[in-house]
Amino acid sequence: MHIMEGFLPVKHAIAWGIASTPFVAFGIYKLERKMKEDPQAKLLLGASGGFCFVLSALKLPSVTGSCSHPTGIGLGTTLFGPWIMTVMGMIVLLFQALLLAHGGLTTLGANVFSMAIVGSFVAYGVFRASLILRLPFSVAIFLAAALSDMATYITTSVQLALSFPDPVSGFAGALAKFMAVFAVTQIPLALSEGFLTVLVMNLLRANASEVMRDARLLPKEVF
Amino acid sequence: MKKNLLLLLAVVVLTVIPFLMTHTVKEGEEAFSGADGQAETLITNIHPDYTPWFKPLWKPPSGEIESLLFGLQAAIGAGLIGYCLGFFRARRSSVMKK
Repeated sequence: MHIMEGFLPVKHAIAWGIASTPFVAFGIYKLERKMKEDPQAKLLLGASGGFCFVLSALKLPSVTGSCSHPTGIGLGTTLFGPWIMTVMGMIVLLFQALLLAHGGLTTLGANVFSMAIVGSFVAYGVFRASLILRLPFSVAIFLAAALSDMATYITTSVQLALSFPDPVSGFAGALAKFMAVFAVTQIPLALSEGFLTVLVMNLLRANASEVMRDARLLPKEVF
Repeated sequence: MKKNLLLLLAVVVLTVIPFLMTHTVKEGEEAFSGADGQAETLITNIHPDYTPWFKPLWKPPSGEIESLLFGLQAAIGAGLIGYCLGFFRARRSSVMKK
């Protein structure tokens, strides 16, 4: 999902940057407030960020014969909500842009939008909807993480198709091509991300359920 | 515990399956190349005249250095998760003792 440095036309790069800024700004505000109100949640925030770091460093092979990586946004979103995870996602993307030449500063806005904003809001929406539908907790976590992962890569495909429409088949043609690279590859990876998120959530709940309850990190009906 | 092992097994299976399949590899490309890089190639195929207008400020000088930094990234993340789990686990067992 990383759009490489310089690989978005200037106008698009600026537009995605402007689109992402309010989300990040409000996310920083929410993050500060949460840490003040529930300082005991700090370690769990660290673990949520850590999960993003690990998962986005793991380039996994896919059935398409190419490699891609999960995002890890889902886990933290189910605990801290979409706004705070937008900030965490941006930190990961910044680390990769500066140290790994993976993604970039000019494409940071677009990459934050796909991974940290769309990824976390889809995770949050799916998680809440699953709980309302009274699906089992683990199923809700799995769906949130897997669909958030897919949504991120679909967003990247849309972003690239908007910037680089096919000269013959236009936006739709380009979208199909980028989806073939990103979305299909991502299906088994999204499943893996779902399973890993459930696994880590199980471990967290087995060891830190009191803190999660006291810091109001999961909806009441879960406990 | 058993559930967690099954989850881990599912991830291992999903990761191994691609190796058991046969893939056609385009000339000049290696198998299991990164999707991000493929998208870059696709952009230059669709718009051959597009030139990136900004270069990374710093690039890992070799594949080894790049894997060093990816390894570092994963290690930082795993360390954070492990520290958090260990902290709460130990705190819970010390509360139980009292």
